[in-house]
This record gives sequence, C-alpha cells and structure tokens, in this order.
Amino acid sequence: MYLAKIHITHKASILDPQGEAIKNALHRLDYQDVSNITAGKYFETTLTSDSKEQAEATTRSICESLLANQNMETFLFTVEKVED
Amino acid sequence: MKFAVISFPGSNCDYDMYYAIKDALQEEVEMISCDETSLDGFDAALIPGGFSYGDYLRSGAIAKFANIIPALIEFANANKPVLGVCNGFQILTEIGLLPGALQHNKSMSFISQIEPLTVVNNETLFTNLYKKGQHINIPIAHGEGNYYCDDAQLAELKSNNQIVFTYDNNPNGSCADIAGITNQAGNVLGMMPHPERAVETILGSEEGLTLFQSILKSFKGELNRVN
Repeated sequence: MYLAKIHITHKASILDPQGEAIKNALHRLDYQDVSNITAGKYFETTLTSDSKEQAEATTRSICESLLANQNMETFLFTVEKVED
Repeated sequence: MKFAVISFPGSNCDYDMYYAIKDALQEEVEMISCDETSLDGFDAALIPGGFSYGDYLRSGAIAKFANIIPALIEFANANKPVLGVCNGFQILTEIGLLPGALQHNKSMSFISQIEPLTVVNNETLFTNLYKKGQHINIPIAHGEGNYYCDDAQLAELKSNNQIVFTYDNNPNGSCADIAGITNQAGNVLGMMPHPERAVETILGSEEGLTLFQSILKSFKGELNRVN
C-alpha cells in the first residue's frame, strides 16, 4: 500500500482571498510579524498500486482531473510506502 | 422553442429558471435531472444556480462528472445555445466549455444585491435585443464569483469579443470587471448575475427577460434562414 499526501494551494501569482482574510484576522490579533499566509487543501489517499511509480502517476492524475483547478491552483504531493 | 433546465443535487435556482421560460418567456421548458444522458429534442440548455453537490471540493468540481455532461458538451459543440448562471457558470468553466475559473469574492463576503451591468457585446445570440453599452440591473447572489483568467487568456477574450457583460461597480474582484463571457463560437454564455430573477417588474427588474427573448429571436431567425 502507498500513502499519498497532497497539498493544493492557490498559484502564487493570484490573489488568495481566503489567505488575505486570515492574514487580516491575524493582524487584528496582533500577530504583526505574519507577512503572508496561504490557505489551501490537504488530502491523504491510500493506494493499492503495484509500485511507487504507479502510485505517483495515479496521484498526479487525480490532482489534474479533479482535486486541483489548474487555472488557479497548484498541487504538490508525496508518496510513501505503508504497511498493508 | 424547447428549453431544458438541468437540475443537479443542490441546484436551487432551477425553478426560477423554469418559470422564467414558462411564464415570462412563455416557451416550452422541461426540468431534467443531471442523471439523464441525452439532450435530444431540446433547442437550448440552461444550467441554473445553486450549490451542486454541496460545492464540495470546489464550486462545480463534482458536477463535472454528472451523467449529463458528455451530452451537454456534444450539444455545445453542435453550436446550440447553452446558458450557465452562477453555479452554472462555475460548472461551465470546470468542464472546459468556458475558459478561466471563479474564485472566492475578494471581500470573502457572500454578496446578494441588484447589480448594475453594462452590455459590452450585443452581437451574441443571448444579447441581440440589448443595445451595445446598455446599462441593466440584474441581481447577483454568490460567494465565489471572482472571475480569474491569466493575461494571455484575457487578451484572447477581448480580441474575440467574448466579454459580454461587465460590472459597473465591480463587487467581487473579477478581472477586467467581467460578469459574463461566451466561448469563442459564441453559443455558450456563462454569467454570475441571475437574469432569471429579473423577468418581472415585481421582482425589481425585467431587464433579464431581454436575454431570454434574445435567445428566442436568434432561434426563430435561424429557423427562417434554414427554411
């Protein structure tokens, strides 16, 4: 079994309204040293793929077809082998 | 002329759309489920607003995999009119019939108000009864209506006259004040404002009815041309 950990975030070039709202709230709480914060989504998926390469290919395909909207989002993932 | 209103689990403007066609435009209309697999027999497809599949993951992201979508894409590619309003616009960008994406409003607030718009392009099948540059009032009601596309895409939208409606006082942060765009062929329109909520004076505006009348006029013109 393989475990994929997937992070979806706004592309850096695009205004992230959620991140901006959270940053403003943190500033109101007096965390003045927070200069930037990005909001995103985190997914974990377990895969029964035969190899790590196959698990990575599947994960990439999942991100591209559903989890991320590539017009405005970008994704990063790691895949590790786990006990069945 | 026969319209289909495609209802998804979580659509909540489907009956507004249905009655706009049935009672205000007085044309034939049928509510169909997104579980259907065909749009045969329909002359136009309308995708209503709401929160399809709870807007889980992203607005319109899950709707992309509904049974009706291949038929809808085929319908659009056959140059038939497709209108997506609000969540319908979000769905059209998710399935790739329209470019760009709708993200959270810049203010992070859900905005529900009557919004002044400008008709930028009146040479579409959806806007031929408006005047170019006409100011109209149409309600908006959305949390994720902030239209985004990259600079290259925006230049393409402008050069192809695909920007149909713009906001007069940009409420949500949309790039280039965009409220509604068509595809390149001009037969698919996505817009965040709700024309179906502006079809009777008692609703505050009937300036949305003109959009549906335009679709009907193009359809009848097309019929005359073919016959």
